[in-house]
Amino acid sequence: MLQTAARKGKRSTAKAAPQKSITRAASHERFLEAFRWMLLARTLEEKLVSLYRGGQITGGVYIGKGQEGVSVACGMFLQKGDVFAPLIRDQAGRSAFGEPLVDVARTYLGSVKGPMRGRDGNIHRGRPRDGQLAMISHLGAMVSVAVGALMAKRWRGEKNFVGLTTVGEGGMQAGAFHEGMNIAAVEQVPLVIVATNNHYAYSTPNDREFACSDLIERAVGYGFEGYRIDGTDLATCLDVIGGAVRRARAGRPPQLVVAEVLRLSGHGEHDDASYVTEEIKREPFARDCLKVAEKVIVDLHLIDGETLQSWRDEAAAKVEEAITTAQKEPGPDGGAENWCAISTRELVDPAE
Amino acid sequence: MSITYLGAIREAQAKLLRDDERVFIYGQDVGGTFGGAFKATKGLAKEFPGRVLNTPISEDAIVGTAIGAAIHGMRPIVEMQFADFSSLALNQILNNAGTHYWRTNVAVPITVRLPSGGTKGSGPFHSQSMESIYAHYPGLIVMTPATVEDAYTMLIQAVAIDDPVVYCEHKYLYYHLKADKLGNDGTPVGKARIAREGRDLTIVSYSAMAQESLLAAIELAREGFEIEVVDLRTVKPLDTDTVLASVARTGRLLAVGESFPWGGVTAEVIARVASAGFHLLDAAPARINAKDTPIPYHPNLWSTHRPNAKGIAERARKLLRE
Repeated sequence: MLQTAARKGKRSTAKAAPQKSITRAASHERFLEAFRWMLLARTLEEKLVSLYRGGQITGGVYIGKGQEGVSVACGMFLQKGDVFAPLIRDQAGRSAFGEPLVDVARTYLGSVKGPMRGRDGNIHRGRPRDGQLAMISHLGAMVSVAVGALMAKRWRGEKNFVGLTTVGEGGMQAGAFHEGMNIAAVEQVPLVIVATNNHYAYSTPNDREFACSDLIERAVGYGFEGYRIDGTDLATCLDVIGGAVRRARAGRPPQLVVAEVLRLSGHGEHDDASYVTEEIKREPFARDCLKVAEKVIVDLHLIDGETLQSWRDEAAAKVEEAITTAQKEPGPDGGAENWCAISTRELVDPAE
Repeated sequence: MSITYLGAIREAQAKLLRDDERVFIYGQDVGGTFGGAFKATKGLAKEFPGRVLNTPISEDAIVGTAIGAAIHGMRPIVEMQFADFSSLALNQILNNAGTHYWRTNVAVPITVRLPSGGTKGSGPFHSQSMESIYAHYPGLIVMTPATVEDAYTMLIQAVAIDDPVVYCEHKYLYYHLKADKLGNDGTPVGKARIAREGRDLTIVSYSAMAQESLLAAIELAREGFEIEVVDLRTVKPLDTDTVLASVARTGRLLAVGESFPWGGVTAEVIARVASAGFHLLDAAPARINAKDTPIPYHPNLWSTHRPNAKGIAERARKLLRE
C-alpha cells in the first residue's frame, strides 16, 4: 500500500487492498472514532443535498462522498495550535478538526450567526484565527497561505505545530499549487499536503489533467517525502496520513500523500456526473470508503449492530439540531449591512 | 542630510524592522548581501538576520505566504521586484487578501510594495502603474506617495494599518527626488495634500505625475496662471472632499495619471467631481494619461507615451481658455 516517492510506479490503477486487519497505528478505537466522523459527515451532507434539492439552499452544495476516509484522517491528527486549510470535500476532516456542525449549517443556510454571516457560503468558510483557514475558490491558493501561517508560528516561538492542506488532482495542476508546494519546501515548514485523486476535475478525467506516470513522483521533484495510498481504505488513510502528520511535526521535510478514490457525487449537486464512465466505477478505488469501513467493523466485530444503529441515530439527531438551529436564524439584511471591506473604518473610500 | 525617495523607503523599512518584531520583508532578491533589484533593502538582511528573506520567483506564493503570516500575527512587507510582476500575484492580492476581512472578520495586515511607473528604456514589462487595478477591487488601500517625506511616513503607516496596503512607489522618483529630512507634515493617511495653492485651475495627480504637475504649475506661473496642485497621496481611499474643495476654488479640473487611459484614477476623479460638484465647474473637466498602448522601450517613444510637465501645461492652457 505504502509507497515512497522514490519508488517507480505505474499509473495508479491501484489494486484492491486486502481488508483483513487494521494496521497497528490505527487502533480499533481510532478507527471507530474516524468512522463516526465519516458517518456524521455523510449524514450531514445527505441532509444538505436534500435541502438543496428542496430549494432551501442558495448557491451550490459540494460534498465529499467517497472521500470521507481521506478527509477524516486529515482532521484527526491535528490538534489545537495546528493549521488546517481544507478544500471542498473535507467535511469529515473539518468536523474531526473541531468545526461545529452549526457552523456548516449556518454557512449553507446564510445565517448571520455563522462565521461567514451570509457574506460567503457553503465550503468557503473558516475561522482563520483558530487555525481553520477559509478557502477561496482559486485552487492551489491556500497552500502558500498555510506556509505563511506556519512561518508565523515559528517566528512567534510556538512549538510542536503542524499544518495540513488538501487538494485534488485537479488543483494540483494549478500554477499556485506548484508555487505553494515549492515555497513550502524552501521554507521547510511542517506542512502535510494531502492530495486526493478522485479522477475527475469537474468533468475532466485524469488523461487530460496530467501526463506524469504517477502524481506521487512529484514529491521528489519538490523536496517532499511522498506516499501513495488507497483512499477507500480507512485504516491505511489513518496510518499513512497520521504518519505524515507525525513526521512533519517531528521536523521531517514537508509531506505529500496522494490518495486514490473516485468522487461518488457530481462536482456539486447541480452536476449529475453523467461523464463518469461505467468502466471507472468498477475500479477498486471506486469503492465507497464508508461502506468499506463499515464492513471492517462488522467483519471484525468491533461493535454490534445495535451500537452502529445508535451511532447513525445520533449523527442524524446532531445534524437535525444544527440545521434546525440555523433555519430559525435570520439571514443578513442588505439595508442594514455596513458594506465595508476593510477594518480601518476611517480609510473607507467615499465612493457612492 | 540629504536622502532620496529610495533611501527613505529603505530607512522606513529599517525603522519598521527595528521597532516591530512582527515585521519581516519577503521578496525576490531582497535578502543576502544584494538588498533588492533597486537596493531598497540594502544591508537589512545583515542587520536583521532571518527577517529579510529571499524568495523563489513565485509571486503568487510570496503574497500567499505573507497573507498566512499576517493572519497569524505578523506584519509582512512584500517587495514585488517590479509592479508589473504583481500581475502574477493578482489572485492572492485581490481574491485572498482583498476579500478576507469581509468574509471572515479577520483583517490581513500585509504591505505589498510595488516599484511602479516608467523610467527610460524599461519597456512594456518594467514600467507599469497598477494602482487603478488594485483600487478597483474592494478590500485594499492603495498608496501612491509623491514625495520623499511621504514615501517614508506612508510606508510606516502602511505597515501599521490592519488592512492590506498596496504601496506604489515610483521608480522615476527613486533617485530624482531628494529631501533634507524624513517625516512628513502630519497629513493623515487617506487625506490628499494641496501641494501648491492656486485659484485658476486644479490639477489632481499623484506619484510621479504630481511632480510633473508641479513643474507644469511653475511653468504656467510664469505666464501668470495660478495652478493648484492636489497630490492625492492615496488613490484609495480617494479624498474626494479635498478635490471638490479645490475645484470649488478654481472652477477647473485637470486630472493627471501615468497609467493607461481606459478607466482608472483620473476617470474616477472626474466622475466624482462631475457627480458631486458639477455646479462648481466652469469648464468641462479634462484628464491626461499615458497612451493606450504597451509602454514603449525607446526613449523617443516613451517620452511621448508618458505624460510630462510640458504636455500637462499645454492641456492646462487649453482648459484655462475654455
